[in-house]
Parts: sequence; structure tokens; C-alpha cells
Amino acid sequence: MDALEIARWQFGITTVYHFMMVPLTIGLGLVVAVIQTLWYRTGKVEYLRMTKFWGKLFLINFIMGVATGIVQEFQFGMAWSEYSRFVGDIFGAPLALEALLAFFVESTFLGLWIFGWKQLKRGVHLACLWIAVIGSVFSAYFIIVANSWMQHPVGVQMVNGRPVMTDAWAVFTNNTALVAVPHTLFGALGVAGAFLLGIAWYHLWRRRHDGIDTVGADGRAIAGETNIPGRDKADYKVWIRSLRIGAVVAMISFAGTAFTGDMQGKLMFEQQPMKMAAAEAACHDGTGFSVLSVGNVGSKNCNDIVAVIEVPGILSFLAKGDFTTEVKGVNGLLDVYKAKYGTNLPNDPLYGDRAGQQIQYVPVMEVTYWGFRMMIGFGGIAAFAALLALWVTRKGVVPQSRWIMRLAVFGILAPFGANAAGWIFTEMGRQPFVVAPNPDASGIDQVFMFTAAAVSPGVSAAELITSLVVLSSIYAVLLVVEVRLLVKYVRGGVASAMPELAEAGHGEKNEKKKDGDGGTPGAPGEPGTPDDVLAFAY
Amino acid sequence: MELLPTVWFVAIAVLWTGYLFLEGFDLGVGMLMKLFARNNTERRVLLNTVGPVWDGNEVWLLTAAGATFAAFPLWYAALFSALYLPLLIVLVALIFRAVAFEYRGKVDNARWRTVWDWAIAVGSFTASFGIGAALALTTTGLPLDSNGDRQGGAFAWFSGYAVLGGLAVAAFALVHALAFLALKTDGDVRHRARRWFVRLAPVALLPLLAWAVAVQLLSGKPWTWLLVILAVVAAAVAWVLARQGAEGKAFGALGAFLVCATGSIFGAAFPVVIPSTLDPAFNLTVSNASSSAYTLGLMSIVAAVGLPLVIAYQAWTYWVFRRRVSAAHIPAAHGFLPAIAAKVLVGNESPGGTAANHARHNASE
Ligand code: HDD
Ligand code: HEM
Ligand code: HEM
Repeated sequence: MDALEIARWQFGITTVYHFMMVPLTIGLGLVVAVIQTLWYRTGKVEYLRMTKFWGKLFLINFIMGVATGIVQEFQFGMAWSEYSRFVGDIFGAPLALEALLAFFVESTFLGLWIFGWKQLKRGVHLACLWIAVIGSVFSAYFIIVANSWMQHPVGVQMVNGRPVMTDAWAVFTNNTALVAVPHTLFGALGVAGAFLLGIAWYHLWRRRHDGIDTVGADGRAIAGETNIPGRDKADYKVWIRSLRIGAVVAMISFAGTAFTGDMQGKLMFEQQPMKMAAAEAACHDGTGFSVLSVGNVGSKNCNDIVAVIEVPGILSFLAKGDFTTEVKGVNGLLDVYKAKYGTNLPNDPLYGDRAGQQIQYVPVMEVTYWGFRMMIGFGGIAAFAALLALWVTRKGVVPQSRWIMRLAVFGILAPFGANAAGWIFTEMGRQPFVVAPNPDASGIDQVFMFTAAAVSPGVSAAELITSLVVLSSIYAVLLVVEVRLLVKYVRGGVASAMPELAEAGHGEKNEKKKDGDGGTPGAPGEPGTPDDVLAFAY
Repeated sequence: MELLPTVWFVAIAVLWTGYLFLEGFDLGVGMLMKLFARNNTERRVLLNTVGPVWDGNEVWLLTAAGATFAAFPLWYAALFSALYLPLLIVLVALIFRAVAFEYRGKVDNARWRTVWDWAIAVGSFTASFGIGAALALTTTGLPLDSNGDRQGGAFAWFSGYAVLGGLAVAAFALVHALAFLALKTDGDVRHRARRWFVRLAPVALLPLLAWAVAVQLLSGKPWTWLLVILAVVAAAVAWVLARQGAEGKAFGALGAFLVCATGSIFGAAFPVVIPSTLDPAFNLTVSNASSSAYTLGLMSIVAAVGLPLVIAYQAWTYWVFRRRVSAAHIPAAHGFLPAIAAKVLVGNESPGGTAANHARHNASE
């Protein structure tokens, strides 16, 4: 493999990995903030417990997002120096603003939230979480502005062969970004929804299985109680509420992604027609959406692809909103691209060994075709499962079946898969460009960069392979560690996130008292000893 | 010299100084986990002094890198690609350190803690050393060609300056952390930290001074020499104050030392951002490495609003958590209460009855 391919694998692997943590951070952050707000408003003990439990899992995941994000930030300069030089005037700004306006907010206020349970007034403490969560939404916005500029360069002029920013407003209100941001945020909610649903299902099942909860004659659940810390009646409420919140969030997420995804499709048709065609493995012009194509969708010459099921008009609807627009197929577009952007890479030393090579304008169609379908499919499955779950548990009872419980837990993975598939489709569908030229009116057609020119010229393949191996193996190990910790804390239930439940001989009473303490205005170190400095301790 | 690139050079110097000042002590606290703390309780005291703030401190690094990308893309591209392997090591160190902070206390088991303690200690040392080396090299030179790419292979960046800079930042972080602990803790840790500071500071601050002097010898100006002298004075003052037990003032004086030292270094390097050791004609400077005036202007406006805001709420965080931490405050090893895992075994089915018994037992009570 040459340096370019290694660098691409590395960027793909590290970014997809980062994006395993990111949607859970964003989605779960929002959910926990809402739950804590409910606690603030109602004072109900189950909401406090939910805040603590989901907050704990949130933090276990959050830190991995931080650790892997730093790699992303450095990587542009390390492995893609030529790219950084080319786009620096535009691309650097959202990245710097993300750090200055979003990461500082996120990390500082999250620190306040974690450690400030007693040091801060209840309302201020809640506000800190909200500010941190809003920070992460802003971070998503800024990074997607940067990414969208690669998909759809706007607001620049070419000066001495480099794009120079002339219109910051255009960059920060890039229509590609304005739909990609909500699409990604809804996608993140989907992850959180399935996470809540699966874990809550497990605990409700567990409670039935252990004989704590029983089912009455009317089919409704009767919550029981044990003397094990945290496994009381409030515990039942924790899980049934979590389950319902999770299911509703998952459904909202799918509706939101479908709505915004539809807008993205229309932009993509204008801005990157080749990606649209490749998403469909559509070789010839037409209007039909293939539900299933057989043959080798990865083949570049299109000859052996046969659409088995094709719905006429749907592709046209995706692209344009009507049923008659001919969507250009790969074959037609190929000629357009060749005429516009050349047939061979320039004979420029920047391209190294690849100088003068023929350009492959068709992205890897296996990836775009299946990536697109997996994104929608996994999201749809999760939403449908959520609907089903709401119906099945409408009387507050989960079935005793171990297999259904396992399916609910396993289903947590579906939205993760949808998110990964969405990004891989978006990024690989852009190839062979790292900055894609845009034939539409709002884009600037002369601004583009081939991925082949983007990699660092001074960095050797050996260095890149070293980092690829080192980072992937560390990531693999840390994934195991994170998942095992999550599993451990999930199994432990609420009590694992609230040691105070155990200390209390009679859980409930003591817990209520502590609630009150947490709320005492500005009571640094209140409870008990006058110098109780640590509300939370590492 | 054009105004905006100069402003941004200063801004980036400020960001790096802020980074070294803030993350300096939490990196040092990380190293002290193994060097200084005697038992688990002391380690937890150390951790909790930086617990609420270390991530916010680390963002100074991200902002310094991001601002370099935005304001001087050619500087960012050349520096980060030339130092590929050393920065990879820094990244690995930062990953382990971050994860270790969060995960160390999540399982109550001595071996688990030991592993993460080492991750924090080694990670903190490695990260500070690597960042120091990178900063030293950007002020003393790298083998860059006319395109700003490294010539000479994966290790061509290496020079004595890299070692000097690495030592400078790592050793500074170590004593900075001692000054910080003397200020932030109570009891035995506090007094020991002060004693250690008084003993170590005279040696540990030398590499940073040596780096400052080295840059002066390469490209010093009268006013940057003056800053070096001020740095020496500030260091001496910090030492005397620490001996007298004025912990807050000593910490402040040490901060002044850092500001003078980095000021003298960046000031002497200006207007070159990376000298090329191959040919001075290939030097990257604030004018040939910077973004357009439009981008710099935009960034200036945002930074003028954003940076003071950041400083304000970070300062507030330090105020909220201003109280000293001591061994007496550390709660019993908390963590995890195995409600299900232990009492009702998962997987093997019979214990289901146990819970039911509990329930019945409860009801009859
Ligand atoms: C849609 C959202 C999104 C996307 C596409 C990315 N990230 Fe990210 N990133 C986040 C959303 C996010 C976040 C939710 O805001 C995180 C997760 C945990 C955290 O602290 O913030 C984060 C963390 C995070 C951090 C650590 C921040 C800290 O220390 O607090 C850095 C440096 C980056 N990211 C950088 C990047 C870069 C350079 C990306 C592009 C390749 C990228 N992220 C993609
Ligand atoms: C977080 C979600 C993201 C994922 C999962 C993702 C995924 C990928 C993948 C799979 C590749 C490799 C493409 C290939 O080899 O053909 C890639 C390349 C790349 N992406 Fe992304 N990406 C994400 C976000 C971003 C963002 C937000 C940016 C910019 C800010 C970005 C910039 C790049 C760059 C510079 C490359 C390298 C050049 C290339 O091979 O295309 N990506 N990404
Ligand atoms: C009917 C449903 C959906 C449609 C029509 C749809 C459409 C799209 C389109 C057209 C793109 C590519 C944008 C571009 O390359 O310019 C995209 C990207 C993406 N999709 Fe979807 N999508 C749907 C559902 C989902 C779901 C359920 C998820 C996740 C849970 C998801 C996550 C993503 C992500 C993360 C990206 C990449 C980032 C971005 O460009 O926003 N999508 N989607």
C-alpha cells in the first residue's frame, strides 16, 4: 500500500471510531439534561436516579470521545499537510472556532457538573449540564461546517491556486451544512434512544426474572421491592420511564433523519451528482429507485448490474421532488466529469507516483450503494422496533422471553451502524475528490482538490503504517475496556452510580434527605461535616 | 510587518503560554502520581485537585493547534507533518492519560488502579516532553524544503534542542505541580509538596531557562534578553516565597516566570515561525505562512469576544473548587455497587429465587 491509501484507511478508521462515541455523547447528553430538568421541576426520586445512572454511562463514553477527538485535530496536519495548506484559509477557521467556542464550554461546564453536585446551587448545577450539552451541539455544527465545505465549497475565490475566504457568511451558512447538522443531530438522538430502550428493557426483564415485579390480573405490572439497595419500587419507575423516553426519542430521531435526509438528497443531486448515481448504482439515466439490485454493484463498468426491484419515479422524487426528472446515471456523468476535470491527474510532483495516472471518477459503488441502504435500513429498523416496544410494554410489562431481551440489547447497535454507514457513504461517495467540485449554481466549480494530492508529501509510508497500527490497536483495546465498563455499570443498575443508596440502611428515606442537601443554596460542603469538599471524587 | 499576522503570532504565543501554565500543573500532578504520592489515598487527593479542570486545560492545546491551522496553515502543516512520529507518541500519551483519569476509579481493584496510575504518570511525562520538544523545534529549526516538507526521513527532526525543550517542559510541569499542590491541598501532602518544590525548583527550572537562552543566541533581541533576566528574577522570587510558606504568591511568581520565559522565546523567534535548517530562504515566517487578511480579521473578532469569555468562566471554575483537598476528604473507595452482579448472579439462573426470597422477607418485615 502506498502512503495515500494508508493515510485514507487511518483517517477512515479513526474518524468512524470517534463517531462511535460522538453520537452517544450528544444524544445521551441531551437526554440526561432533560431528565435532570424533570428532577429539578418535580423532585421525584426516579428522575434523580435516572440522571445519576445515565449520567454515569454518559461520562464513561464521553471521555473516549475526548481522547479520540484529539487525534482528529492533529491528523490534518500530520497526514494531510498538503490538504491543510490548500484549505487552511477556510477550513482552519471552523476548527479553531470549534475549540474556542465549543470544546472549552463542553469540557469546563461538564467538569462543573461532575464535581459540582454540592458546590453549586441546584439550578446552577443543572444549567452547567445544559451549557455543556449545547456546547457539544455547537461543536457538531462547527465541524460539519468544515466538512460541508469539502462537500460543497462556497464563499471563496481562487488566488494563486489556493482558495481564499471572501464570504464567511456563505461558509457558515453553507446549505449543505444547514441540513447535515440537523441530520447528524437526529442521528445522534437515535443512538441515545436505542441505548435507553435496550438497557431499560434488560432491567425490567431482570426484575421480572428475579421475581421482583409481577403481573396483575389486568395484565398490568405490579412493582415489587427487595432489600437490595436500589432495587425497590422507584427502581421500576426508573426503567419503565427510561424505556418510554428511549422509544420516543428513537422514533423522533428517525422521522427527523428521514425529513432532513430527504433535503440532503436533493442537494446532493445538484452538488455531487456522481455520488447520487453511485448511491443508486444507477448506470443509466432514469427515474427508478432500486430497492434491490443484483450483480456486482462494485464493478466500475456497470455492465452486470441488474435492478431486480425498481420503483419508478422514486429516485426522481428523492432528487428533485417530482416523479419525472431523469436522474443522470454513472455512464452519462462520467463523460461530463472527464470533460470538466480532466482524464488524468496532472503531471505535478505533488502527486508523487500517482502523477499522470488516469482518474477514477466512480466511487466504490459497493460502499455507496450499501452504505446508503444500511443507513436508512438500520435507522428504520430501530424506529420500528421502538414503536413495537412501546406497544408491547403499554401495560408496563416486558415479556419474559430472554431472546426478546437479548434482541433489545443487541438492537442498541443498529443506530450506531446507521451513523457509521451514513458517514462512510458521504465521505467515500465524494472520492476521488477530497474537496469536491460543485456544478451547481451556489458552488464554485473551479475549487476542488483530488485526494491524491492531499496527503503529506514529506511523510513516509512507513511512518503512516506505524501510526495506523498503533492507533488501531490502542483503539481496539480501549473499545474492549469501555464496553466492559459500560456493561458492568449497566448490570449494576442505579446503585452502581449512586453509592449513597448502599450507605443508607433504608434507602428511600436517606436518599430523599440527600436530595434536599443537594438543593441547599450555595452549600459548599454542607452535608454533615463542615469541610465536605468533594461532592464527587475520582 | 503586517499587523494581523503579528497579532495572531502573539495570540498563538498566548495560547501556548496559557496551555503550559494550566495543563502544566495537571501534567505535573500526573507525573507525581508515581513519584510523590505514597498510597492510594494520596493519589486520589492528587487526582481530585485537578479532576474538575484538567479537560478544560487540555482544550488550550486544541485551541493552540486549531488557531495555528486557521491563522498559519503553512506553519501547522509543516510542523505537524515534520514531527509525525513524536506527535504520534504525544497523542498516544494524551489518549491514555485522559482515559485513565476517568476510568481509574471505576473499578475497585488494586491492579486496575496500578495500570491506570502508570498510564497517567507515563502519559503525563511523555506528553509534556513531546510537546516541549515540538515547541523547541519550531523555535530552533527543522529541515524543511521550499514546500515546507521535511527532508531526510522520519527522524530528521531530531536535535539536541528537542531534548532540551522536552526536559524544559517536563521539569517545569513537575515543579509547577508541586507549587499547585502546596496551594490546593492540606495536611501532609501540602507540606511535602512545598518541601519538594524548594528542593527541586533550582534545578528543574534550568532547562527552560537554557532553552530561552539558546533561542536568544540564535535570534535574540534586547527586549527578549530583558525578559530572560526577568524570568530568572521571577524564579528566584518564587523560590524565596515558597520557602517562606507564601504558597499563593509563590505559585503566582512561578506563573510570571513562565510568561517571561515563553515571551522571550516567542519574541526572539518572531517573525520566523519555523526556521529551515536547510536554507534560510525556506524559513516559514508570519507573513509567508499566514492566512488571508479576511480570515485573520474574522478570527480576530471572534477571539476578541471568545477568549476573555473562556478565561472568565474557567476562572469561575477555579473559584467554585477553590477549597483545599486533603486526605480526610477522600471518601471510601466508592464506585460500584454490584446490586445485580453479586447478589443475583447474571447468567446462572437459580439465584433468581434469592431475590424473590428477599422480596418475601421484606414483605414479612
Ligand atoms: C457531529 C459531531 C462531531 C463530528 C463530525 C466530529 N466530532 Fe469531534 N467531538 C464531538 C463532535 C463531533 C463532540 C460531541 O463534541 C465531542 C465528543 C466528546 C467531546 O468531548 O466532544 C468531540 C470531541 C472532540 C475533541 C476533544 C474535545 C475535548 O477535549 O473536549 C476534538 C479535538 C475533536 N472532537 C475534533 C474533531 C475533528 C477534527 C473531527 C473531524 C474529523 C471531529 N471531531 C468530528
Ligand atoms: C465523524 C464522522 C466522519 C466519518 C465517520 C468520516 C469518515 C471518513 C472516511 C471513511 C474516510 C475515508 C474515505 C476513503 O478512504 O475513501 C474519510 C476521509 C476523510 N474525511 Fe471524513 N468522516 C467524518 C467526518 C469528517 C469531518 C467532520 C471532516 C472534516 C472536518 C472529515 C474530513 C475527511 C478528510 C480530510 C478525509 C481524508 C481524505 C479522503 O480520503 O477523503 N471527515 N472520512
Ligand atoms: C429515510 C432516512 C434517511 C435519508 C433519506 C437519509 C439521507 C442521507 C443523505 C442523502 C446523506 C448524504 C449527504 C451528502 O453526502 O451530501 C446522508 C448522510 C448521513 N446520514 Fe442519513 N438519511 C436517512 C436516515 C439516517 C439515519 C437513520 C441515520 C442515523 C441514525 C443517518 C445518519 C447519517 C449520517 C451520520 C450521515 C453523514 C453526515 C451527513 O452528511 O449528514 N441517516 N443521509
